[in-house]
Amino acid sequence: MTASPPFGMLAELTHRCPLHCPYCSNPLELVRRDRELTTDQWRSVLTQARALGVLQVHLSGGEPLARRDLPELVGHAHGLGCYVNLVTSGLGLTHERMADLARRGVEHVQLSVQAADEERADIIAGARAAKHKKAAAAAIREAGLPLTVNVVLHRRNHDQVGAIIDLAEELGADRLELANTQFYGWALRNRAALMPTRAQLDAAEPVVRAARRRLAGRVEVVYVLADYQDRLPKPCMHGWGARQLTVAPDGTVLPCPSAHVITSLEFDNVTERPLAEIWYESSSFNAYRGEEWMREPCRSCDRRGVDFGGCRCQAFLLTGAAENTDPVCALSPHHGVVEQAVAPAVDVPFVMRG
Amino acid sequence: MSAWAPRLRRGARLGFDTVRRTPVVLFPEGVLVLNATAAAVVGACDGVATVPDIVGGLAGRYADVRGDDVLTLLRGLVARGVLRPEETGGTG
Ligand SMILES: C[S@@+](CC[C@H](N)C(=O)[O-])C[C@H]1O[C@@H](n2cnc3c(N)ncnc32)[C@H](O)[C@@H]1O
Ligand code: SF4
Ligand code: SF4
Repeated sequence: MTASPPFGMLAELTHRCPLHCPYCSNPLELVRRDRELTTDQWRSVLTQARALGVLQVHLSGGEPLARRDLPELVGHAHGLGCYVNLVTSGLGLTHERMADLARRGVEHVQLSVQAADEERADIIAGARAAKHKKAAAAAIREAGLPLTVNVVLHRRNHDQVGAIIDLAEELGADRLELANTQFYGWALRNRAALMPTRAQLDAAEPVVRAARRRLAGRVEVVYVLADYQDRLPKPCMHGWGARQLTVAPDGTVLPCPSAHVITSLEFDNVTERPLAEIWYESSSFNAYRGEEWMREPCRSCDRRGVDFGGCRCQAFLLTGAAENTDPVCALSPHHGVVEQAVAPAVDVPFVMRG
Repeated sequence: MSAWAPRLRRGARLGFDTVRRTPVVLFPEGVLVLNATAAAVVGACDGVATVPDIVGGLAGRYADVRGDDVLTLLRGLVARGVLRPEETGGTG
């Protein structure tokens, strides 16, 4: 099948990060600083991405503010005509830096928050981070930019959903994204400790519903359902290699941020092959485009055009083959693996992100 | 409904994609590809012009503008979070 041009690119500028979130979805093995793309290489990636059709660039990481050349890269992406979204923990986002980044073309900021109160937030972040986030949120608002607060939900903060919503309102968020932990990268290692209980999920639902009503027109509240506890898988990435691509800190080009876990695929690097060629011709991007690759039960299922058989990374991680149905799906013969993982466990300590 | 004066939400803007050669609207959560008429509709959403104002303004420039179509488009863009419905305080 012929692919259409991509709309979005997640540029993971660095894996370096001052926080140690146990829920971090970044890989176990991080790209070291000396393997990161240079400024010129990132500029070239952005130029190639725009020529390929990318209109939206998400600058993330790790902590994108850890890159000294962030202002230059923002200006370059903006100059090409891209919409620039900054995804940050907020550490190091001073008033001056935010004002400068906004001038150069950042149009939206996603700020992550770990919990409702500073004490708990700092424990989860493994760093004194919470008070910096308040200052960062203020700087974002003063720069006149829309703010999305991102909160990853798990067993250790699910009880705070109501207070987290209040905090987002207080921080001046236009949008709050409450996302139940997705179990990739470091998060998978902490799955037992992070897995919310059924009771926590049930309790959160009416709280979120009430907040949506109360905040309508002021703060948009998005709630991403707990992955393992839904009977239907998510339509991941709108389909493999369909709309988005990710460039890892070392230039590896991935169809989705977690795809590196699929060790049966070989991923190309922008330092070795043009981005357009990787998008259209590489074996990794073509591996799961369309429906030819599907196995049963997806192959003959009515929902295959809706959810694309779920997440390939999850299928690989939990069943050993990315072509399998995402085991989150109740129709998957491997669904038992997921059921076992959600079975109520005793509280387990976190392994902090290294 | 006539007292409804849509405007682009904060962080959303019109753009032109030189690669696809089409107007687009860019916003925090994504990109929408617009045709020329839709782009003109979005361009007229300044938070002051009401829906009938917008339709009236376009009718002069585009022969095929129908009020119902414009309303459907505007509602769709509100649902996608691109436009904000701004109440102008009229009786509707
Ligand atoms: C990997 S972080 C990088 C940016 C920055 N360090 C931060 O945390 O905001 C990108 C986004 O993914 C979110 N995230 C991290 N791990 C996640 C997980 N396991 N499930 C869902 N979202 C996650 C973060 O909250 C953040 O909004
Ligand atoms: S999720 Fe936490 S540890 Fe991971 S990159 Fe973001 S701030 Fe750093
Ligand atoms: S069988 Fe496959 S296509 Fe059908 S619902 Fe499950 S994951 Fe989706």
